[in-house]
Amino acid sequence: MARRIRREIVQMSHRARAPHLGSCLSCVDILVAAYWSALNIDPQQPAADWRDRLILSKGHGAAALYATLAHRGFFPLADLATFNQAGGHLPEQPSPRGAPGIEAATGSLGHGLSIGLGMALAAGIQRLPYRVMVVLSDGECNEGSVWEAAMFAGAHKLSNVIAVVDFNRWQATGRSEEIMALSPLAAKFTAFGWSAQEVDGHDIGALAAALQATNCHPDQPTALIARTTKGKGVSFMEDDNNWHYRIPNDEELHAALAELAER
Amino acid sequence: MRNAFANTLTELATEDQRVVLLSGDIGNRMFDKFKAACPDRFFNCGVAEANMMSMAAGLAMSGLRPVVYTITPFVTTRCLEQIRVDVCYHHVPVLIVGVGGGLSYASLGATHHSCEDIAMLRVLPHMRVVCPGDAWETGAAVKAALGQDEPVYLRLGKKGEPLVHATEPDFEIGRAITIRDGSDVVLLSTGNLLPTAVEVAEKLAGEHVSVRVVSFHTVKPLDEAALADAFQAARVVVTLEEHSILGGLGGAVAEWLADQSAPQARLVRIGTADAFLHEAGDQAHARACNQLTAPQIAARIRSSLG
Repeated sequence: MARRIRREIVQMSHRARAPHLGSCLSCVDILVAAYWSALNIDPQQPAADWRDRLILSKGHGAAALYATLAHRGFFPLADLATFNQAGGHLPEQPSPRGAPGIEAATGSLGHGLSIGLGMALAAGIQRLPYRVMVVLSDGECNEGSVWEAAMFAGAHKLSNVIAVVDFNRWQATGRSEEIMALSPLAAKFTAFGWSAQEVDGHDIGALAAALQATNCHPDQPTALIARTTKGKGVSFMEDDNNWHYRIPNDEELHAALAELAER
Repeated sequence: MRNAFANTLTELATEDQRVVLLSGDIGNRMFDKFKAACPDRFFNCGVAEANMMSMAAGLAMSGLRPVVYTITPFVTTRCLEQIRVDVCYHHVPVLIVGVGGGLSYASLGATHHSCEDIAMLRVLPHMRVVCPGDAWETGAAVKAALGQDEPVYLRLGKKGEPLVHATEPDFEIGRAITIRDGSDVVLLSTGNLLPTAVEVAEKLAGEHVSVRVVSFHTVKPLDEAALADAFQAARVVVTLEEHSILGGLGGAVAEWLADQSAPQARLVRIGTADAFLHEAGDQAHARACNQLTAPQIAARIRSSLG
């Protein structure tokens, strides 16, 4: 499924002339583990009050989320052809209620975790059993609001919150660890009262196990630092930050699709 | 005003299980009754307003009715992007309550003054901007805000302001309240200068200048019918606010006026200067520095009548 979604994303970027392809490819396995293994969801009931929520706080990875939701059955695959098309409902970054399964409009970094905390508090008030998973980028952890949220969740022991950091070690214009002192990121979350661990962000089995195991910590929110590779799955895009903004031409599209062909 | 807010909110929250109060580490003892009545719906969010505002949006997206409360600049301009994106773009019913609007906390310095907040929040799509004129209007405004499904910014003064109304007025967001009638001047006051507006009208009445005083508590949406009537009824229409003359009620009325054909009355905008106040001093002093005492306002109106 992850290969299929990566194929979809590369085609969407090429067709819609949309950037952030490298960022989309790095979080695919996290989304597949979440939507196929960890989240308690029913695509036919996208607004059910008991559903687990996933917020893609790194909104520039929207194409990955759209492709995942469509393949999971939240809306027709054919709708992906409208990605970034004028008059459509699937802009380059998620819009509010843009499509079934979109829990929050993101794009401005550093908002999603706090919105997720609000949803997690609501679960407590309304006595609902759902969990809230928020996918952030490592560059996004530059934002002070992320750490405001981290402190609040730790103090309030919001055990129904899972933050997954897609740690691909790049942000828009450089190595994330050179721009801000991000490391040790898991230890930072631990210091803020979270249960934090590192995980291979491309090992769907390991991700699924880690996401499902979050109930082991009834008094703490969970942070997973997912070690990923930007551009994962296409050899000439992997760990090359030019693909933060670059859009594949026809030749690159065919080369990428060949690498991502069904085995 | 802030006690009227706390008491009304506690009453409403006792009846409506959706009401959740988020405080930015302020309101010591003021929310004791709320906390006792609704212990699982009060959160001290610390000194972290960006997170507090986004969490409120998340609560509202989940069907609850969050109320976010702290000192005005910190619940408005400090977290403006969270208001814009998480509250307004998502179009969810968050009630944002700022205490210490305008120069209420003058003695704490310009960091705690708030004379730009109306301007910045009223340009956000979906946002309602409500500035009650006394404690009675405050209670009524809280009920009105929680009785509808739109984001609202409620701008309060502090505590102990003079009352203008004798009882709770008939209150609707977007409908101005006439406090006293008059024919020469219409004085549109928003927020905590309403008692001063009444004082100005009484002073000018003694000089045979007839002043209508209107509590123009809602800056957005504008009560256009009240504006149309004001500009037909009088020679001079005055806007009065403890807010910059740029972008507040005066700015909003000026924008409206620019679209009208042949208005009869002249517009005079009275508010704080486009400047930071560097002097120490209490609210009365800060108002005097900004030409906002009753005698100063009366003199300005007198001169505008020629």
